[in-house]
Formats: sequence, C-alpha cells, structure tokens
Amino acid sequence: MAPFSYNATDHLALLPPILMALFACAIMLLDVLSPSAESSRRGTVFFSLLGMTFVAYSLALQIRAVTHAPGFAIPAFQGSLIIDALSLFTNGLVWFSTVILLLCAYRYLEIAHEHRSEFYALAFFAECGMYFMAGAVDLIALFVGLETSALAFYILVGFTRANRQSNEAALKYLLLGAMASGFVAYGFSVLYGISGSTQLSEVSKAVVRRGSADPFVILAVVTIAVGLLFKIAGVPFHTWAPDAYDGAPTPVTAHIAVASKVAGFAVLIRLLLGSLASARPIWAPILAVTAVASLTVGSIAALTQDRLKRFFAYSSIAHAGYILLGFLADSDDGRRGILIYVFIYALMNLGAFAFLISLRRPGSAADRHTPGDLIGDLRGLSKRHPLQAALFVVLLLSLSGLPPTAGFLAKYFIFIALINTGHITLAVIAAAYVAVSLYFYFRLVREMYLLEPRPAEQHTVEPLASSLGIRLALGTTAGLTLLIGLYPEPLLRLAFLVTGGVP
Amino acid sequence: MTTVSPLHYLIVSAVLLVIGTLGVLLRRNIVVILMSIELILNAVNINLVAFSHLHRQVNGQAFVLFVMAVAVAEAAVGLGILIALFRNRGTVLADEMDLLKW
Repeated sequence: MAPFSYNATDHLALLPPILMALFACAIMLLDVLSPSAESSRRGTVFFSLLGMTFVAYSLALQIRAVTHAPGFAIPAFQGSLIIDALSLFTNGLVWFSTVILLLCAYRYLEIAHEHRSEFYALAFFAECGMYFMAGAVDLIALFVGLETSALAFYILVGFTRANRQSNEAALKYLLLGAMASGFVAYGFSVLYGISGSTQLSEVSKAVVRRGSADPFVILAVVTIAVGLLFKIAGVPFHTWAPDAYDGAPTPVTAHIAVASKVAGFAVLIRLLLGSLASARPIWAPILAVTAVASLTVGSIAALTQDRLKRFFAYSSIAHAGYILLGFLADSDDGRRGILIYVFIYALMNLGAFAFLISLRRPGSAADRHTPGDLIGDLRGLSKRHPLQAALFVVLLLSLSGLPPTAGFLAKYFIFIALINTGHITLAVIAAAYVAVSLYFYFRLVREMYLLEPRPAEQHTVEPLASSLGIRLALGTTAGLTLLIGLYPEPLLRLAFLVTGGVP
Repeated sequence: MTTVSPLHYLIVSAVLLVIGTLGVLLRRNIVVILMSIELILNAVNINLVAFSHLHRQVNGQAFVLFVMAVAVAEAAVGLGILIALFRNRGTVLADEMDLLKW
C-alpha cells in the first residue's frame, strides 16, 4: 500500500466537503458571538448563502478539472473518492436542493418560532455527507457518508422540538433508518469478506469471480439492496416515509424527498449498475417487485390522502417506483432514463414543496391541523393568488407526466428503455399508473380552480406566507420544469455525458 | 478440541443480525429498539474483525472503528429525540406513537 500522501487532486476532491464543514462550524460560532437574536438570524442566513456560493465555486473547479481528465474521472485518496460526471451531477442537484432549503427555511422557522442557527449548520453537515455518498468508491467512505447525512436528517426532521408530530416523525425515521444502515453495513462487511478490500473496484472483481449463485454474494447483495431501498423509500420499505414527511418541518421534507433520494439513487447507480452489475440476477427481481409495489401503493394511497404532505410523500414513493424501473432496463438508455428522471423529479418536487411552504400560516403549535396542511386549504386559491396557483399547476402537470412539461420527458425515456429491453409487461403496468396519477394530481387542480371556498374558511386562507426566497424557489423550479419540457437538449446531453463516465 | 473457524464467527454475527432485526420489528419499548440496532451494528463488527483476521490486513478493523463511532452517534441522537418526545408525550412505547397515521 502506498504511503499516505495528500496532493493537489486529493485537495480538489475534498475542497467542497471541507468548505461545507467549515461553514457549518462557523454558523454555529456566529450564533454564539452575535449580539442580538435578530442579527444572529440575518447573519446566519447570509452566511449560509455565502457558504453555498463557495461550495458552488469549488464544484465548478471540479467540473473544469474533470473536463480535462482522461475518461472524465479523477480518482483521489488512493482510490477511495472519485470526481466524475455522476458525482458532479449528484452534487449539483444536492447543492440546488440545499439552496432551495435555505431560501425557504427562514419564513417557515419564523412561523414555527424555532429559528435557530443549528438548522443551517445541520443542512451543511447533511450536504457534506451526501457529497461522500455521491463520490465515494470505497465501502468505508460510502458508509460514513450515508451515516453523516442520515444523522443530520434525523435531527432536522425533529427540529421543531415542541411539536409532537415532529418528535414522532424523527423517532420513526431514526429507528427505521438506523436499521437500514445496519443492513447496508452488514452487506458491506460481507463484501469486504469476499474481496479482502474495501475498494469498490476490488469488490467488483471478487463478485464477478464468485458468480451470482454464491451464497455470500447473495447475502451481501440482498442486505445492501434492502438497506438502500429503505433510504429511497421503496415499498415495502417505505413505512417511515409518509410519517417522516408529514411530521418534519416542510423545508426539511422537501430536502429529504429530493436531496436524500437523489444521493440514495447515486449510491444505487454506483453499486448496482457499477460494482455489483454482475449480480444482476440477484437484485433485479428485488427491484422489480419493489418498483411495481411502489407504483401501486404510492398511487393508491395518494388517492385517499387529505393531508398535503402525506399526499406528496405517496406521490414521491410512486416516482421512486418509476426510477427503479430504469434500473431494470439493462441498457445505456435505462441509465440515461434514471438520470433524466432524477433530475426532473428533483425540480418538480422542490417546486411543489416550496408552494406548500408558502401555504403555511401562523397557527397554534399544538394544533394538529395547522392551516395550510390539508388539501382542502387549496380551495379557491386560483382567485386569490392566480400566479402561484398557475405555477403549481405547471408542477402538477409535470408530476403527472403530461407532454408540454418536463415530467413527460422523464417518463418517456424510462418507458422507451423498458420497451427496447423487452420489459413490455412492466412498461404497460407503469403506463397504467400514469393514468391513476393523472386522477389524483388533478384532484388538487380541481380544489384550486373549480371549487368555491367555504365561507367559514375564507378568512383563514387569506394571506400566503410568501417570502422573496420562497417566490424565487417556486419561480425557478416551475420555470425550469416548463423550459426543460420545451427544450430538453441540454439535459439529454448531460445525461449522455454522465452515462459515459460511470465506472 | 475443535478450532474456531471464520464460519463460526459468521454464524454468531448472522444470529445477532436476526435477533437485532426481530428486536427492532417486535419490541415495544424504544430504548430496547435502540439496543437492537446496536446488536445489528455489532453483528457487522464481528464480521469485519473475523474477515480482517482471515485476510491478515487491518482495513476491516479500521472499518470497525468507523462503525463504532456511527453507532455511538446514532444512540446519542436517538436518545436525544426520545427525551424530547418523552417530555411532550410521557411515554417511550412504540405503539403509543400514533399521531401520524395514513
């Protein structure tokens, strides 16, 4: 083994997480040092956005370095981290999701009387963990990344301490999440056992050598697949998701639904389509069952919800089902489909949750139904806030997969990949659920446009708790959703670039 | 006297994994559930140390240190959340956590 050294490449690979961790610490210090609560709040928000700018710059440096590197990949730390197109793609999305979180969190936390600077610090720590999930090609680094982000998320979900739902959501998330991490770690330990190395390249060779009928390979692949499906909330490992989504502060819900899932899919791509690709006969049936079950449970449960966040929890479970179908199509089209879907999924959901945050209004903290939580609260919104309602409709169209928007594109590529690889049955099932999803997304449109508000409610639904940040988030995501639907060329090229580079 | 082979360690760790999983799924008390999660992670550690010994290298033991650190962090966060919940609800039983359903 080479003696430990730290060179320029290592530094480049480690620069974004170093910045994230430093800013997280700085934000906590700032809180202690600032003279008043008000100045601390403003300082924290400003400082965290400054931090995100630095992180963006460091990621841009990586992008520039990667474009000159052979094979679009730069290994670092003796092959435990890698900067490649997949890691940059994931980190870009995670960065975007974190920025949206920071933009939306201020107003929400103010309403909840829980504005503390740890929130921002934890967001940075979570991003730090997800950086390692996206870029690790070593079992230890991957596990530590998974856990760093998960621990930060557990605390963020329970951040509104006085709120019982938030406590309960955090606890359920933690218990099931920790068990899932335990499974992943168990799978990793078996992989280490059969390969004698923690590096994914060595693991890959060992798995090929042993073949897919070897009991140890089966044990490792099954435990890892189950653990990771927990993370991305595939049915039947989804039970934590609706509770955690519902109980968490809404900006955190958005972040879990998007960033955590994007990073989870990056790990799935890196492991299942990368080093464990030769074990496809083992994991393909698990993923097929999970995908169909996710589509079914997600679509049917979404039909019956009357709480908005729960509705979007089930809708995102259904979306995870579509993305998992992309793994089953064993072709470059399938891989591209996954990436395109993940990208568009991130945009649509961030926008939808930004809209939900703007619906939130001051209410008593002990109240089970804070105004803005129920689907009925949308009633008559088109009259009072036509622009916001229209942007939300764009996002809903995209979520249901109708043509002028990006959502259509996402589903189109998955279906094409499935049909081209002979998975006709799966494609037909998935298409049937698109029809179901049309129905439940249009329920929201109907509430906003066709139903008159009940007179008793009119006064409670009046002002939207919108801020510049929330409006910016909603506008950007809805705009991009429409733009990508009309002009998909750059996204497709990006997807081609990334699939060329997955090791 | 029979020697202890790597397979014996694997059997112990597999048993621990099963006990831990059953504990998480079946027990009511959340403190016991947290202990069951520790059991799962200890199953991982036994595996890693046994394999590390088998391969005559230290990577596995380094991994164990990380798993231990993670286990401690998880327990700390878990108990912290549990205390916040206990203050609000006055219970540590999983089946009384019923505010969030469907």
